[in-house]
Amino acid sequence: MSHVRTPAVAAPGRNIRPAHRGLWALTMVLFLLGGAALFAEPRFPPPDFESGHVLPETTTPPARAVWLEYLDIAVLAGGLIAATYFIYRKRSRTGLVALSIGSILYFGFWKKGCVCAIGSVQNVTLALFDSGYALPVGALAFFVLPLAFAVMWGRSFCAGICPHGALQDLVLLKPLKVPAWLEQGLGILPYIYLGAGVLFAATGSAFIICQYDPFIPIFRMNGRVAMVVAGIALLLLGVFVGRPYCRFLCPFGALLKIGSVVSKWRVRVTPDYCTQCRLCEASCPFGAMRLPSPGKAADAAAQAADRRRLLIAVVLLPVLIGAGAWLGWAFAGPASRMHPTVVVAEQLLRAQDQPPRTGVLTPEDRELDRVRQNPRQTLTEAMGIRRQFNIGTPIFGGWVGLVIAIKLLSLALHRRRTDYEPDRGDCFSCARCFEYCPNELVRRGVLPASAIPPMNPAPAPQVPAPAPFTVAASACGCAGKEGA
Amino acid sequence: MNPTDSKTNPGQVNRRQFLRDGGRATAVASLGGLLGMVLGRSQAEGYVWQIDPSKCVYCGNCATHCVLEQSAVKCVHAYAMCGYCQLCTGYFEPEPNALNTGAENCQCPTAAIQRTYVEDPYYEYTIDEDLCIGCAKCVDGCTRFGNGSLFLQIRHDRCVNCNECAISKVCAGDAFVRVPASQPYLLKTQH
Repeated sequence: MSHVRTPAVAAPGRNIRPAHRGLWALTMVLFLLGGAALFAEPRFPPPDFESGHVLPETTTPPARAVWLEYLDIAVLAGGLIAATYFIYRKRSRTGLVALSIGSILYFGFWKKGCVCAIGSVQNVTLALFDSGYALPVGALAFFVLPLAFAVMWGRSFCAGICPHGALQDLVLLKPLKVPAWLEQGLGILPYIYLGAGVLFAATGSAFIICQYDPFIPIFRMNGRVAMVVAGIALLLLGVFVGRPYCRFLCPFGALLKIGSVVSKWRVRVTPDYCTQCRLCEASCPFGAMRLPSPGKAADAAAQAADRRRLLIAVVLLPVLIGAGAWLGWAFAGPASRMHPTVVVAEQLLRAQDQPPRTGVLTPEDRELDRVRQNPRQTLTEAMGIRRQFNIGTPIFGGWVGLVIAIKLLSLALHRRRTDYEPDRGDCFSCARCFEYCPNELVRRGVLPASAIPPMNPAPAPQVPAPAPFTVAASACGCAGKEGA
Repeated sequence: MNPTDSKTNPGQVNRRQFLRDGGRATAVASLGGLLGMVLGRSQAEGYVWQIDPSKCVYCGNCATHCVLEQSAVKCVHAYAMCGYCQLCTGYFEPEPNALNTGAENCQCPTAAIQRTYVEDPYYEYTIDEDLCIGCAKCVDGCTRFGNGSLFLQIRHDRCVNCNECAISKVCAGDAFVRVPASQPYLLKTQH
């Protein structure tokens, strides 16, 4: 440390007038003496033992070996391939359950849930914004591989590789249907959470997605009381509500959802043939099953109401984005206090005129003492972070406005469907509905062909009247990306 | 009745199919672009968290802010730096009643420092890591009044190597750094 301080003191010394030079020299000597006492000589020289006592070694238990990181990546890739195979080829729920258990054991309890794909969003963001951050290859692979699979085959990762999803999927015993208004309303939370996670990671403030992860404490069987309680509560809720974290919070799920909406292949109840028997209608515990729909409202009055809603949503789009950006700008100050440097800089300004605390020092006092040695550096850093937030929070606010506007747009649109099919975005590829489809069971040879009436590829019967409250759910298109 | 768009009109691309293909191309391109941007900054060598003992201000946050119920930060002892003092300022309270192992005389709240007699007048101090909570009371005493041979380190047999270390965000000395996993300790060797 002395080699850092000395030049800083010596440099101004050269420009000092001769009258003050003596004083400077004295200060320097005292300073160096103080430094010497701290860092050069031990106060109590280590003894020479006459009894031949041997000094013990300071132990250094090694960190996790590097090759294990590649093992994680290999397990992830293998798991994704296996999950996709079970979903598309074997059509096997049993296989996915086995994968889920394996994933909970490996990525959950053995790896203790870290690094996970959900948190890797923040690592990638930080690597984009901070050139000094070395992104671990594992974090990058956990970010890219599930997304690459989502763009090709949908959410294979959610189906049985993500330990968070697998845990919630296995505790789901008595699924209840979430009312459509609640499902739609809570459905925008993941995008907002994603935006917040990216904002705080980009500014180097905090990894909030990791901090508030409810299941990591369960995998570690250790953690802050509040998060342990939250994790257990969410699991208890998950007994009745299918995958509450995945559907209403998971920020990586939001990304996977976008990817799987445009995926090359999609999961179907049966790749063969839908006879509209309606047996699969209630099979999905995650509200992802979409019913056949003519693509527009039933009568002229309802169609006019839809058009009106669409128009309002289009008009609201820029208004919501603008309002969000303005709100974000207004909250830039408070949001920047998520960064520890900003907090300590504010303490520094408040305590500017007070003498340093003595007696029993709290951690805050010690931190203040540290930054007092070089207040300008801390204040400059804090100002820089504030500036980043002045740009970042309006963008985040605009993003929230955009998410709400797109949700409104999607609610005003209808999508034409002739068959029962899982929603591209919402489907977790859990393979439950496969077991409900008699055509699918015959196709796989589980049931004899005689078990169902002969297939008749005649035009589809008229759309059956869906149950009342599922109308709104089926009316919502895939994240509003498809026109009616 | 499966209206796969390409199945119903073979060779013909309808609007929805076109939008989806375009969306997928965009998604793949942006994922690839992102990969290209961050790949240069990615490192095969793993990194782990560690405390730089020269920056540590022994504030006590390590004991309370680790995600583990008992912190992965422990006191370690650089024996070669130790003066083996009888009146150890890391071991004893500032004004102890007596120089014995009575709890009321000791700094350590969990009796994790064990004191053994070596030869007159020297005593050896060892840390029981199962008891140590990383509160740094002994580090404070040893660094301010002694040789500074006691210091805090993250023990990698306990640390779960969080994506972002929870203590690093509250560290009063800004002492948490990422170090290569092959060299995971920053041990003190001189005063």
